[in-house]
Amino acid sequence: MSKILMKGNEAIAEAAIRSGCRLYFAYPITPQSELIEYMARMMPKVNGTFLQAESEVSAINMVYGAAGCGKRVMTSSSSPGISLKAEGLSYLAGAQLPCVIVNVQRGGPGLGDIQPAQGDYFQATKGGGHGDYRLICLAPSSVQEFADMASEAFDLADKYRNPVMILADGMLGQMMEPVEFKPALTDEEIEELGEQHTDWCIHPNQDGDLKHHHEINSLEIDPLVLEQHVINLYKKYAEIEENEQRHEEYNISDDNEILCVAWGTASRVVKSAINELKAEGKSIGMIRPINVWPYPYEAIAKAIGPNVKQVYVFELNTGQMLDDVKIAVEGKVPVKFWGKVGGIVFTPAEIKEKLEECFKE
Amino acid sequence: MTMEMICAGFGGQGVLTIGRFMAQAGMKEGKSVSWLPSYGPEMRGGTANVSTVVSDEEIASPIVSFPDVLVALNQPSIDKFAPSIRPGGILIYNTNMCPNGCKRDDIQIVSAPMVDIALEIGSQMVMNMLAIGVIIGKTEVIKHQTMIDEITEYMKGRNPELLEMNLKAIQRGVDIGRG
Repeated sequence: MSKILMKGNEAIAEAAIRSGCRLYFAYPITPQSELIEYMARMMPKVNGTFLQAESEVSAINMVYGAAGCGKRVMTSSSSPGISLKAEGLSYLAGAQLPCVIVNVQRGGPGLGDIQPAQGDYFQATKGGGHGDYRLICLAPSSVQEFADMASEAFDLADKYRNPVMILADGMLGQMMEPVEFKPALTDEEIEELGEQHTDWCIHPNQDGDLKHHHEINSLEIDPLVLEQHVINLYKKYAEIEENEQRHEEYNISDDNEILCVAWGTASRVVKSAINELKAEGKSIGMIRPINVWPYPYEAIAKAIGPNVKQVYVFELNTGQMLDDVKIAVEGKVPVKFWGKVGGIVFTPAEIKEKLEECFKE
Repeated sequence: MTMEMICAGFGGQGVLTIGRFMAQAGMKEGKSVSWLPSYGPEMRGGTANVSTVVSDEEIASPIVSFPDVLVALNQPSIDKFAPSIRPGGILIYNTNMCPNGCKRDDIQIVSAPMVDIALEIGSQMVMNMLAIGVIIGKTEVIKHQTMIDEITEYMKGRNPELLEMNLKAIQRGVDIGRG
């Protein structure tokens, strides 16, 4: 298939449909509105269901219901809307329901603004909802990767029976880049995907007795039962941490004097600065976490080569992933941070200047 | 080669479309492209701009700080973006709406009364196509023929009766750009 020039918001929607998503519930919000608009246009064409809910709370609970039927289901929003979904996220995680949530982040806190930001890292990777749970969390940095993550997210959700969040931002949502889609799953293939869940999900009870009675619930009033449930969840999360760390290495070598760590949109800008400094003969590498939960701690530790005197974290927030980098670095070298907030994206020139200061030190 | 471009003007002048077609044509020629619009509570009459990158290599940042090419359809766009054009870079502007022009002498400047020319061709709506032509004529970053094919494919499904006027505007622009 040839490449199409597309906005990130539209590309993720198209890719989700191709990955077998036939149920989508959401409430509009800038800067992700093209996503919901695309779904409104395209879902009827594939005999899917598009429903604009009356609120984000309602949409996430529709996701709960649909996921409970073992179907591929998605919702999307932007930062303030994700906060409204937070209760539902906790229930989904508690009931172990596979689904995909897209967050096209904007500036916060509160209503904030509608420009790109990365202020929801803590919310996405450390909780957001209440209780002891984890979301698998993927962070794209290009429109192509955003689209590719649709099928990856659904596969991970199915594999681990866990909600998966794709953590993008307004820039990725609004930007157009060439994208190449994987072939669309056929109706038969989508049907088969649903069958992997029949041992636990709600599905038609054809023979009339209660053999297929399945309960989907996050309420366990007996502490001993809940204790065992949370221990089981914890075992699952440990397995995910073992299997699903993903990162990109950029210009990593033993000569590196500085190691940068950046994710999503911010990493694109850092790459530009690294390219310019590289042309001037300086050696800087970057680790870009692709999955931000589970976090690639080992990859960062390993990338601290013999000559690295400084780790530099760049984010579009006041320092959130920074905490994870510090855990990975274990105090071996100093970790610096610089970020921009308010929906303002730093420029390659600004990053370059910060890195040059480091070389002078 | 990498060309980083900013197109700016009033909302409704079609600046986002300039970037979009440049990116579309660049992609057709197998280049890496990115198109990043300003977005926000903007409307007709407000300001709009778009950063477009066309490159033979993978594009790192889609954000353009120091453009190789600035297309300014009104004076506020020159005032805002012309100071950051790379030395030796190109400024293309519309003299009808940029009374003060640009004072820099370390860049190449191509200017034309784009509103007048567009009206002469048939409609102010083709001003952005004229600008596309100027970019191509001046930079040759993509082939004129690729753009003709792109516009033809785009228009034939929507407004086939307007195709000729658009192609004419691009041709005029290419002639202006080549000087």
